Amino acid sequence: MAECHPVAFQWVVEAKAGGATVIHVDPRFTRTSALADLHVPTRAGGDIVFLGALINHVLSGGHEFTEYVRAYTNAADILPAEFTDAEDGGGLFSGYDPDTRTYDNSSWQPTGERDETLQHPRCVFQVLKRHFSRYTPDLVEQVCGIGPAEFGRVADAVVAASGREKTTAWVYAVGWTQHSTGVQHIRTASILQMLLGNMGRPGGGILALRGHANIQGATDVPTLFHLLGGYLPMPGPGEDMDTYLTRIPDGGFWGNKRKYLVSMLKAWFGDAATAGNDFCFGYLPRISGDHGTYRTTLDMIDGTVKGFFLLGENPAVGSAGGRLQRLALANLDWLVVKDLTMIESASFWRDSPEVAGGELVTERIGTEVFLLPAAAHVEKAGSFTNTQRLLQWHAKALDPPGDARSDLAFIYDLGNRIRARLAGSDDPADRPVLDLTWDYPEEPGGDPSAEAVLAELNGYAADGSPLASFAQLADDGSTRCGSWIHAGCFAGGVNQTARRTPWQEQDHVALEWGWAWPANRRILYNRASADPDGRPWSEAKAYVWWDEQAREWTGLDVPDFEKAKPPDYLPPPGATGPAALSGRDPFIMQADGKAAIFVPRGLQDGPLPAHFEAAESPLRNRVYQQDSSPASIQYAGRRSTRDQVAGHDATYPYVVTTYRLTEHHTAGGMSRTLSRLAELQPELFCEVSPELAAERGLENGGWATIITARAAIEARVLVTRRLRPVRIPGEGVIHQVGLPYHFGSEGLVTGDSVNDLLPLVLDPNVFIQESKVATCDIRAGRRPTGAARMQLVTSYRHRAGLADEEPRPGT
Amino acid sequence: MPHPRGWIANWPAYRQLTGRDRLGRGEAVRSPHTEAAAPRTQAADRVVSSICPYCAVGCGQRVYVASEGGRDAVIQIEGDPDSPVSRGRLCPKGAATKQLVTQPGRLTKVAYRRPYGTAWEQLSLDQAMDMIADRVIATRKDTWQEHHGGQRVARTLGIASLGGATLDNEENYLIKKLWTALGAIQIENQARI
Repeated sequence: MAECHPVAFQWVVEAKAGGATVIHVDPRFTRTSALADLHVPTRAGGDIVFLGALINHVLSGGHEFTEYVRAYTNAADILPAEFTDAEDGGGLFSGYDPDTRTYDNSSWQPTGERDETLQHPRCVFQVLKRHFSRYTPDLVEQVCGIGPAEFGRVADAVVAASGREKTTAWVYAVGWTQHSTGVQHIRTASILQMLLGNMGRPGGGILALRGHANIQGATDVPTLFHLLGGYLPMPGPGEDMDTYLTRIPDGGFWGNKRKYLVSMLKAWFGDAATAGNDFCFGYLPRISGDHGTYRTTLDMIDGTVKGFFLLGENPAVGSAGGRLQRLALANLDWLVVKDLTMIESASFWRDSPEVAGGELVTERIGTEVFLLPAAAHVEKAGSFTNTQRLLQWHAKALDPPGDARSDLAFIYDLGNRIRARLAGSDDPADRPVLDLTWDYPEEPGGDPSAEAVLAELNGYAADGSPLASFAQLADDGSTRCGSWIHAGCFAGGVNQTARRTPWQEQDHVALEWGWAWPANRRILYNRASADPDGRPWSEAKAYVWWDEQAREWTGLDVPDFEKAKPPDYLPPPGATGPAALSGRDPFIMQADGKAAIFVPRGLQDGPLPAHFEAAESPLRNRVYQQDSSPASIQYAGRRSTRDQVAGHDATYPYVVTTYRLTEHHTAGGMSRTLSRLAELQPELFCEVSPELAAERGLENGGWATIITARAAIEARVLVTRRLRPVRIPGEGVIHQVGLPYHFGSEGLVTGDSVNDLLPLVLDPNVFIQESKVATCDIRAGRRPTGAARMQLVTSYRHRAGLADEEPRPGT
Repeated sequence: MPHPRGWIANWPAYRQLTGRDRLGRGEAVRSPHTEAAAPRTQAADRVVSSICPYCAVGCGQRVYVASEGGRDAVIQIEGDPDSPVSRGRLCPKGAATKQLVTQPGRLTKVAYRRPYGTAWEQLSLDQAMDMIADRVIATRKDTWQEHHGGQRVARTLGIASLGGATLDNEENYLIKKLWTALGAIQIENQARI
C-alpha cells in the first residue's frame, strides 16, 4: 500500500499513531512492511489457508461476535442433506462435473429453515466450523511458511481489534485477486469479517485498492462484457424481458430490477422504447458464456475477431501472455489505438519480440493500424470514481494539442458518422443504432458536454427534471436513467461530483466532497453499524442509528437503509422487494438481507472457499486431493494455449511473482514516457534472496534470465533480503523471484515485458488471470536474442514434457 | 571580489550567530536569490480543480494554467490541500502529472500503418474517422450473428474493445452504449486484468 497507493497510506500511518496495530502480509518486505508493526512474509498463493486458519481460530476459540453473526448473517440457514462439503469430497463440493469443470449449484440451496441457536449440524455455522477445522497454524506453516508463533500474533491482534468497541479492516489489491482462486480469497476475508462483526462499520470492511484512476467507474458503468449499468447482467440468448428479469434474484433492492432496466432502456432508446415493444429490450445483443478479454485474445489468434479498439490500454505489455497478445494484434484486420504516446500495442508490427525472433514478419502482418492521439485528463472534463466509490469531477483546464481528442469526443463523433452512414437503412439490425439517443449538447469546439452525459447517467423524472434518487425510478417508461446506482449524482441539476467543500470545513465522513454511489453513501450496509434494535454497538463506533423520537435512521453517513423503516418492522406476508426485509436486515442487496457466509448462488467454484495451489506451483496441495482449482479456466482445448501450464514440473523450480513500483504505472504508457519517473526507475530488475543468488550464481547488479513455459526475459539482479526463502517443513526451501511488470520496448526506458512469462489461467468467476504465482527457472546472464530466445523456451518445454504448440495457419 | 569581512558578514552562520535570528529560520538565511524567488505557480492565470489520473486513490489536484501568446499551457500541477482524500499530498507519479501533459512524446497527429506496411504514415483526423466508421460498419455486417445455437443473439463477435479504466465515467458510458447498440459484446477494460 505504501508503494502503490502512498497517499492513501497516510491514513494507515495516522491510525498507527492513534494506537492501531498494522500488519503487513506479503511475500516481499516493502515500504509498507517498514512502517508496519509486523511484517509476515508468506508464500504467494497461500492466502486461503492463512485466512481460513484465522477463521478456524475465531470459531474454535469462541471469538465470534455472536449477536452480529446471528442477526446479520446467514449462519443460521440450514443446508440440504444433499450438500457435500469439500472436506468430504476431496476438495470438491457436490455438483461438480469434471468434463465441463463446472458446478451445478442445486444442492447448495438452503432448505429455508433456520436454527437461530446455530447448533443444527447442517446449519451454515456448523458446516463452516467443520469446513475450516483442518486450517490450523500447522497447516499455515506447511502451506505459507509462516511459523505458529508469528501466526498467533496475527490471530491475537485481529481478535483483540474486533467486537463492539473496535474494528479490523483488511486492505488488499491485486495480490489477492490475480489468482485462479482470487474471488475466494476475498470471500475468505469476508467470512472472517462477518464472524468478527467488521462489515458495515467504521474502521471495518474489506477495502480494495484499485490501480487505475477509474477502474471502479469502468466497472460500474461499465465497459465489461457481462454487465449493463449498475450491475444488471447482460441478457442471454433468446431471453425476452420477463425471462431475463426472472433470472435476477428478486429480494431486497434487486426487487426493483424492472425499474432499473426499463429506465436504462428509456435512457438509451428514448421514444422508440415503449411498453408495447418491451422498451426495446430486444435491441440488446446477447452473451453466451465467456467473452472476456483473454478469450477474445484467443479468438483474435483464431481469426474470428476482425476489428479491435484499444482505448487507453496496452495489452502487449499489461496483459498476461504477452506473446499471445501480440500474435492476436498481428492477426486482426484493423486496430484502432487511442493513447497519449506510442505504446507497444500500436508498434508491435515492427518492434515486438516476435518480429525480432522471426515468428512474425512485418511485411506479412495484415493488421491496419490507426493510432489516434488522446487528450489528457486536464484537457477534458469528466468524473473518475475512486476506489471507495467516490465520483470526483475534474474540470477542463485547456484544449488538447493538435489532433488529440477526448475519448468522449471520439466515440461521439464515431457514433455520428456510423449513424449518418446507416440512416435510411431498412435492416432491422440497424434499428438499435438509429434509435439510440445520441444527441448531446456540444461545448465550444464541438466536443459533447460531459455534464450532459453525467446527467443521463443520473437520469430524469417524467417531467424532465433530474432525479434526486433511485427511489424515484418507475417501471412504466416514465423515468430515464443510464445507471440506477448513479441516480442522485446530478440531483437538483447540480453536478454533485464537482462539490469541493474543504475537509477542514466538515466532519471526517466529508459528505460534501464529491459524490459516492449509491445516494452519496460512504460506507455500504452501514445499518450494521447499529445493533438489531438500532443502537450503536458502542459509542466509540457510533455511525448510523435509529432515532426513536424522529422515527428515522440518522447518523454521520447517509443511512444505507429505508429511512423510516423501524428496527422492529416485520414484513407482512407476501411482501416483495425491499418491503420483504425486516428492520433488522442490513444487507439490503441480498434477497434475505443477510450477509452471506455461505453463498448458494453466484459463485462458479464453490459456496465456501477452499485452498488450491496455483496452476503452476512447486508444491502439491496439502489440503485436498485436488491440486489446482478444479473450476479454473485454462483454455486447455485451444491451440495457442495447449500445454501452456507446467504444473509442478521441477524444470521450473522457483516461484515468480509480479508487482508494481511506486514510480511506474501499470503497462508504463503513462510513466516510462516521463523523464522524471523514468530516471527514478530506469530498468527492469528481479528481486532474489541472497540464498537463491548463491544457489544460481546470480550477482547483484548483473543480469539474470528468467524462463517459464511461455517466455524468457532478462532483468538486472537485485540481491536483497526483502525476499526471504520460504521454509516449508518436510519440503525444504521455496524461492520466490519478484518482478515489477511495467517495462516494454517503447518509452524513455525500456526492458523486457514480465507479463510475457504468465499463462492464461483465470479465476472462473471474474476471468482475472493468475499473475501472482507461476513457476520459473532463473539463471545468470542475459537471454539469447532473435530466434534463439524462443528456442531457449522450447528447450525447457521439452525437458518438462510439454507439447509444442500446433502451428497456426499461414505460418 | 567582495571584502572578506563582507563575505563573512553575509555568511548565514555568521548572521545567525550575530543577528537577531538565532534559530536560523528567518532573515539570517535569506539571500538575494531567496528574495527574488517566487512560487512556481505564481505565473498562473487560472487554477482548475482536477483529480490525479494515475491510481484509484483519487487525490485532489490543482492545475495551474498560464496563457502565453494566446496559447494555454499547464505550468504546474499540485496536490489540492482541500481534499479529504489526500490533504494536498501527491505521490511520485501524481507529482509528475504536469509532465504527463507537457512531455514531448505526446502524440498530436494521427499515425496510420497500412496492412503489410513497414512505416507509419500520416492521415488527417477526419479521414481516419471516416475510415474507422467504414470498417466498423463493414465488419459488423460481415460478422453479424442473428442466431446462435438456435437462439436469437443479435450480435457481432467480429469487433472488440478494450479500455476504460484510465477514462472518465462519461466516456465509458458512451463506449458501452454505442458498442452495445452496434451489437458488439466483447467490451472490456482493465478491471479483469
